[in-house]
Amino acid sequence: MSMNNQGRPTSSGEAGTTGLATISGDRGLDHEEKLIFELGHGAVGVDLPDVKISDRRLGGLRRKGAIGLPGLSEPEVVRHYVRLSRMNYAIDSGLYPLGSCTMKHNPRLNEKMARLPGFGDLHPLAPQSTAQGALELISQLMNWLTTLTGMPAVAMSPKAGAHGELCGLLAIRAAIESRGEKRPRILVPESAHGTNPATAAFAGFTVDEVPAKPNGHVDAEALKAKLGPDVAAIMLTNPNTCGLFEGEVKEIADAVHAAGAYFYCDGANFNAIAGKVRPGDLGVDAMHINLHKTFSTPHGGGGPGAGPVVLSERLASFAPIPLLVADGKGLRLIEDREAAPAGAKPFGRMCAFHGQMGMFVRALTYMLSHGRDGVRQASEDAVLSANYILASLKDVMSAPFGDGPCMHEALFDDSFLEGTGVTTLDFAKAMIDEGYHPMTMYFPLVVHGAMLIEPTESESKASLDRFIHVLHNLATEARAKKTERFAGAPHLAPRRRLDETAAARKPVLRYRPPDSLKAAAE
Amino acid sequence: MRYLPLTADDRRAMLARIGAADVDALFRDVPKAALAPLSVFDLTDTKGELEVERILSQLAGKNIAAGAAPFFCGAGAYKHHVPSSVDHLIQRSEFLTSYTPYQPEIAQGTLQYLFEFQSQVALLTGMEVANASLYDGSTATAEAVLMAQRITKRGKAILSGGLHPHYAETVETVAGLFGPMVRSAVQPGKAEDLAALIDAETACVVVQSPDVFGLIRDLNPIAEAAHAKGALLIAVVTEVVSLGLLEPPGAQGADIVAAEGQSIGNGLNFGGPYVGLFAAREKFLRQMPGRLCGETVDAEGRRGYVLTLSTREQHIRREKATSNICTNSGLCTLAFTIHLSLLGEEGLTRLARINHAKASFLADRLAALPGVEIVTPAFFNEFTVKLPKPANAVVDALAAKGIIAGVPASRLMPHDKSVENLLILAATETNTDEDFAALTSALQEIL
Repeated sequence: MSMNNQGRPTSSGEAGTTGLATISGDRGLDHEEKLIFELGHGAVGVDLPDVKISDRRLGGLRRKGAIGLPGLSEPEVVRHYVRLSRMNYAIDSGLYPLGSCTMKHNPRLNEKMARLPGFGDLHPLAPQSTAQGALELISQLMNWLTTLTGMPAVAMSPKAGAHGELCGLLAIRAAIESRGEKRPRILVPESAHGTNPATAAFAGFTVDEVPAKPNGHVDAEALKAKLGPDVAAIMLTNPNTCGLFEGEVKEIADAVHAAGAYFYCDGANFNAIAGKVRPGDLGVDAMHINLHKTFSTPHGGGGPGAGPVVLSERLASFAPIPLLVADGKGLRLIEDREAAPAGAKPFGRMCAFHGQMGMFVRALTYMLSHGRDGVRQASEDAVLSANYILASLKDVMSAPFGDGPCMHEALFDDSFLEGTGVTTLDFAKAMIDEGYHPMTMYFPLVVHGAMLIEPTESESKASLDRFIHVLHNLATEARAKKTERFAGAPHLAPRRRLDETAAARKPVLRYRPPDSLKAAAE
Repeated sequence: MRYLPLTADDRRAMLARIGAADVDALFRDVPKAALAPLSVFDLTDTKGELEVERILSQLAGKNIAAGAAPFFCGAGAYKHHVPSSVDHLIQRSEFLTSYTPYQPEIAQGTLQYLFEFQSQVALLTGMEVANASLYDGSTATAEAVLMAQRITKRGKAILSGGLHPHYAETVETVAGLFGPMVRSAVQPGKAEDLAALIDAETACVVVQSPDVFGLIRDLNPIAEAAHAKGALLIAVVTEVVSLGLLEPPGAQGADIVAAEGQSIGNGLNFGGPYVGLFAAREKFLRQMPGRLCGETVDAEGRRGYVLTLSTREQHIRREKATSNICTNSGLCTLAFTIHLSLLGEEGLTRLARINHAKASFLADRLAALPGVEIVTPAFFNEFTVKLPKPANAVVDALAAKGIIAGVPASRLMPHDKSVENLLILAATETNTDEDFAALTSALQEIL
């Protein structure tokens, strides 16, 4: 077996395999696939004429060296990516119980609509008279978002949830500055998503953690005690990351407002309450909405997302450009801060152009398909399914807050694994061998060995029952210290556990031709 | 509702197992006053697929798609032909409907293409390392400035007058919190004396090439000037196809490259989603924002890929992270990497030459019109012309004739009277001789 200078094999499939060793290194439908760079052989996958050009207008900066890209024909390229795709788990192929991530069904109608040429092939700086349908779509989506949340305004440009958090905090920052105040501190519960404290720091604030109570709720008294004239805002997730609704939210909001601060709500879990509870009724000042969670724009292996931010009356005037306004001639984007309507004081710009239009089309398609009744039913079904899992498994697994109902996700901890030699990680990886994606592990941080299960509304009862059956049996075996299937799991996936320590210690972040590696080693 | 599998019987049986009388019993922590009846929501009810498709199609039909007209807009987003196999492949369920690859054993497909993507971006930009993408070119530029501020422990950033104004505003909005952002004067078609603005407080100089007017900039002298003062050079590329023809920023002394990757594999989409490319010198690796995918081995010694160096990231480091970014632009990176694999070395260089040839041809045609002057002496596929009258009125008049003539500079720089008559035009492989003839004759009529 040949090795590179990191001591790793130079191609896949050369090292150990379980069971029958095949000649090809492939195993039935499981194909090993080389890197595209190892497959290239100077072919071309597009037919383009070979045009000669002069250097006259290139400013003396014509490329001197080759780029180093591999060349393949179209069938080779198609096969490469199809083979890669088959190494991925996906919501279309099975239940994807990642708590906090909301892996629900992605309707294909949404994809089709986003690809209509009037949307997909529309330039962001085309004359606005030629983009009125796009602006109307954004306007309709804004109406859905403000109506569902009971908030007066929404900033559409943030490109993901974390980007929406930043937008909300920058609006809060601008509002505080306009009052001539300085408030450097932001309160964040310790159960928060990592993006919350990261965003607060990113927006130039310091972070002060608020503890959780033993029942999984934020400690409202501790939070109130931390309020003061230097506090800009609290960032609270509701329903929270333990899958619980913060029942004291209104009192918290009132106390925050009385202290002159703002209430930022992390809307990652809005999918539990959409169509049932309006965050505007709870005293929220700003909340991002992950269109890729609640409104089912596909996760795409980690993006693109979209994170519009709804804003209260107190923050609405600080929304970033572009702004969408209606006038005599139709809808119009205001792209210049100084051209903002009277009273508006945009804090700046989040990104070039106007936001994730492709995601807007998908989200509006989802909303029109569901309707208000379907959105409400989806929230109820998501909560019902999570509670069904909680009720079915809490006797055999341990649920720290299992006495009462949960919202859209069921939280378990690792106390049922104590003394078994099986860890949360082992348990989750054993699910892979059973054909499931693991649940979210070790988050939220307030629970030891957390396992957070979010089934979403997209699973049938039969699918839930089968999932429960598998987890029930796994938990029973673990408790009986039958650890064989857990040790080193997964055994049956395209890869066994990967050495993440080695990856971080000597990072190999790009392909290098074997010749250059050899030269580097010498 | 066609997307919801539970039947009324299922729901009853499930409630019975839970021991709840009805579903609202599960919402018991919600204050009673906050539980809204359906009638509170003044919105429409469930619709079938046919009906929804009709509504959306009507909205789409009110817009003029780039492919439906002679079309010359660029300025940060470019119309290119995307091969059919790209969109087919990115819609495979296993790519489209998977999450961030946190479980590498069952996400090697995503991880391997991210590794390949990083390799391609590093090669294209001439840099040592690239990440697995950021949201878009503008936010990547802002992240680059923040990174330079961290590395140099200085606050000031010098922004070239040729940087896309939306990018400059995005940078100012976030990096402006940590130091002064100094914008150099706008001088369409000319290089600028950025060296004079760099001082001992300067963290970085941000230069776009080709710039917002289309001008190709020589980064070498700027890199030298920046490095002499201990500052970094951030190179910005909004038209990544240009790298098939032009010297990459990495060969011109850039320390960080932030680029918009939309041109390869991704549609115009009215501004998003796009894909931010981010590359840097290896010595700055641990200050990089965003996901990184690295090579490793599994327990049986087989090669595999994982997300790595995540101690930089928000889910581990929380308020000490290098960025708050959580997602990347996964599916757009996939479209980028598939299209670039189809192009390969030869395809990309051919595509780049065709783009330059088309734009040169158009520039020659326009330069022959009376009163029209080419402002940008060196360009890739986009250039700026000076018209004898305000460009926005010309663009509106041509739009009424069904021609999307380009982006008036005044749309991007509304306060700068000196750019009022400037029109920024892009030509790509998608433009035909008929497009050029239509634009030239319509312009001649109007001017």
